[in-house]
Amino acid sequence: MKIANKTVSAERLVRDALEKAKYFADYHIFTYLNEAVAIEKAREIDRKIANGEKVGRLAGVPYALKDNFLSPEGQTTASAHILEGFVSPITATAVQKLEEEGAIMIGRTNLDAFAHGSSTENSYFGPTLNAFDKERVAGGSSGGSAVAVALDIVEFATGTDTGGSIRQPASFNGIYGFKPTYGCISRYGVVAMASSTDCVGFFTKSPDDMDILMSITSGQDEKDMTTLPNYYDKGSEQNIKKIGIIKDFDNDVVNDEIREALKKKCDLLSSKGYEITEIEMPTLKYALAVYYIIVPAEVASNLSRYDGIRYGFRSDKSTSLEELYTNTRSEGFMPENKRRIMIGNFVLSSGFYDAYFLKAAKARTLIVEEYNKAFSQVDYILTPVSPNPAFKLGEKINDPIAMYLEDMMSVSLNLAGVPGLAIPAGTTKAGLPIGLQLVGPKCSDKKLIEFAKELI
Amino acid sequence: MKYIPTIGIECHVQLSTKTKLFSEVDNDARGKEPNSCVSPVDYALPGMLPRLNGEAVKFAIRAGKAMNCEINPKSRFDRKHYFYPDSPKGYQITQFYQPIIGAGYVELPSGTRIRIEHAHLEGDAGKLTHFDTYSLVDLNRVDTPLIEIVSMPDIHSAKDAHDYCKELWRLMRYAKVTYGDLYNGNMRFDINVSVAPEGSDQLGTRAEIKNLNSFRSVERAVEYEIARQTKLLEAGEKVVQETRGWNDATGKTTGQRSKEEAKDYRYMPEPDLPPINLSVEFIEAETAKLPLMPSNYRDMFDKTIIKDTLEVLLDYPELMEKLNEVGQDNAKFLSNLFASVLLAEEKSAEYLNDLPSGEELKELAKMNAEKELSSTATKEVFLKLFDPQMKGRGARNIAKELGVIQENDLSALEAIVDIVLAKPATAKAQADFRAGEEKVIGFLVGQVMKESHGKANPSTVQQILRNKLVK
Repeated sequence: MKIANKTVSAERLVRDALEKAKYFADYHIFTYLNEAVAIEKAREIDRKIANGEKVGRLAGVPYALKDNFLSPEGQTTASAHILEGFVSPITATAVQKLEEEGAIMIGRTNLDAFAHGSSTENSYFGPTLNAFDKERVAGGSSGGSAVAVALDIVEFATGTDTGGSIRQPASFNGIYGFKPTYGCISRYGVVAMASSTDCVGFFTKSPDDMDILMSITSGQDEKDMTTLPNYYDKGSEQNIKKIGIIKDFDNDVVNDEIREALKKKCDLLSSKGYEITEIEMPTLKYALAVYYIIVPAEVASNLSRYDGIRYGFRSDKSTSLEELYTNTRSEGFMPENKRRIMIGNFVLSSGFYDAYFLKAAKARTLIVEEYNKAFSQVDYILTPVSPNPAFKLGEKINDPIAMYLEDMMSVSLNLAGVPGLAIPAGTTKAGLPIGLQLVGPKCSDKKLIEFAKELI
Repeated sequence: MKYIPTIGIECHVQLSTKTKLFSEVDNDARGKEPNSCVSPVDYALPGMLPRLNGEAVKFAIRAGKAMNCEINPKSRFDRKHYFYPDSPKGYQITQFYQPIIGAGYVELPSGTRIRIEHAHLEGDAGKLTHFDTYSLVDLNRVDTPLIEIVSMPDIHSAKDAHDYCKELWRLMRYAKVTYGDLYNGNMRFDINVSVAPEGSDQLGTRAEIKNLNSFRSVERAVEYEIARQTKLLEAGEKVVQETRGWNDATGKTTGQRSKEEAKDYRYMPEPDLPPINLSVEFIEAETAKLPLMPSNYRDMFDKTIIKDTLEVLLDYPELMEKLNEVGQDNAKFLSNLFASVLLAEEKSAEYLNDLPSGEELKELAKMNAEKELSSTATKEVFLKLFDPQMKGRGARNIAKELGVIQENDLSALEAIVDIVLAKPATAKAQADFRAGEEKVIGFLVGQVMKESHGKANPSTVQQILRNKLVK
């Protein structure tokens, strides 16, 4: 990374980042600034460098941490009232790996509470504003992290992607955002949204930076039994020739300017000798419905632990256990959290399980198979990340279905567990960033990130 | 009309693994401070993930095989949701759809077979203690590994219910998967009881009695329920499907929760844990670790040990292992000592922790068989073998120290008898005996015993006396 060139002190970098963070305070990017600790850590790194001691690959690099990663620095709230006051004794595996390489967390970033949302408007702390247009949403759920990188406050930021929560805000703010293969990076210490689709990933300004971060944080973790054996650094000898574009995605739903951007990138690849192939993936149209059954079910289950008994917020208006549960959860969760808890509990309830959850689980298998089939025909797939560029604040907040439709192109990757990299692809006439996603088969992560350079 | 009771039993067994089912903290909370054996995973901090304890899987295989069950090569975990402070995650991790242990059976001492429907692995809940205005939560027990054993409704009497529970307790202890301490809840029984008119092809409405922790309370609760339900049916009334609580003091069950309020647990596959895939080799390797089971011992000692004695001793796997070690020839002799001397001893629980070697016990058996020890001396030496202060000295050395080895050498005994007969004090008795007064022989034997300081074998002495006095 360009930061580690030692021509500038770590303390200077960290102080600059903190200053910028304060300068952009009105964007509501950060829920917490790690000022004292960050400066102290920077000084320690400068001292080590001055003494000629060995420092890590990210020594002195300031970064922003999505507020759903556990670490003892500041409260871990997931932008939810119900976790207010919670200071974690635990450090997430991914955070620990970054810190071991000398990266310095300057602040925790805003998100839709518990990562439920596509605009960061569902945050208990208020919405984060788009880096290009303050009247528009940052995207979500990792809105704060995306804007922190887009406004050049930090070199990189962490994110989590359950259905597009990294790729969509990356594309709304004109930067790179990567959702790795499911199981590539440990989820230990990351506030769970939906266990079977949650992925840790990053926002960066270049594919090279993404590669370093992936190399550092990927790998099997004994604390997360769903992590895959180490594979990231091995890369692949695969010779990339064919790029697929999905026929069904290029329809009326997608904004003309985004279709145009996709076509331009295809032309670029053609000119470089790649073969562009149109493929059919008819099952993907069910992905959104499947997603909004499986994910709320897991969400409802994962949020059961927030009961006001052991940590975080507890409503003090209660006179019985039942009231304590009801009041704490009614006051502590955001409306979107409650909506997903209701849907999730409904699809799991006795009598409805087979009709909803089980059926969705079967459909999910078909989606996995459809991706397998697609990757037997093409090496990678290039699609838009979302059907539209960043929308206006408040435009969809009262229309959950319209909001969910923004996820239609991103969620199928999470259901299939395959990696996807959001790539900047120019702007609309109005100056809003457009993002495309490059999708690869499972465990193709490193090669996929390298290939993104072909699209620049 | 005659009514036939039908009983099904669910049994929870706490596994004695070193660490908990999903975390690395100590699973043995006996005598420890509340909430001192709790990891961030058990405490359900945000972002914590369960990590399956492989030892618990091995224990489950052994437990399953002890019940003649199939072990499923593929099983997985599910979440069972409910809100209560004893469940920090808001759900229990259990195996609802694909349990690790499949169908099998348990054979009772009577020979009756009770089929096992399945058994599954799951985490235990914490413990709440209620006070007037508040309750305290202790999470030490959270995610202690359990297996829940579900029987088929094959039980038709209170006696069989009792025997089934007891046999399960034995099997789990032979398989070495639990401490088996019932008082501390290591094994807990939920019983489902219904009665139906004889000849009916349908079961009656059942009542469930949860959390019984002794065989006696299982037996009494079943007896009570059968009587209660039969009485209701005879009076033309209906049995309500409900959970009832057992009161050990009154010997009665009382209604607690009826089925209308039944909870919906919203079962869901556990996404944080991959399925358990077991190879045939792995299952076989674990099965091979099982020691001999009660049924093996019943076959083995069918002809040597009295059935009642054997059933008593079967409660102690360590004693059965000893009997197996010393061999059939000595088993009968030692089984009696185990049952009537060792188990009657005050310190028997302590003694059972550290048994004497098979060689020492065999030496004792040999000395007894060769009449070197009287039956009283045998018992005395036997107990000393268990005494921590006498450990490892051997039966012969202990007997010597105690001075209880019997004199069986004929010439030596004859010499003693001669001394006694030469004493004027015995002259009258000798004359009386010769005159036909049979009972004075006892007096004379006593005199010889006294002269020998108790080491003479009394029956040999009597024989010598008779020979000499007739001449």
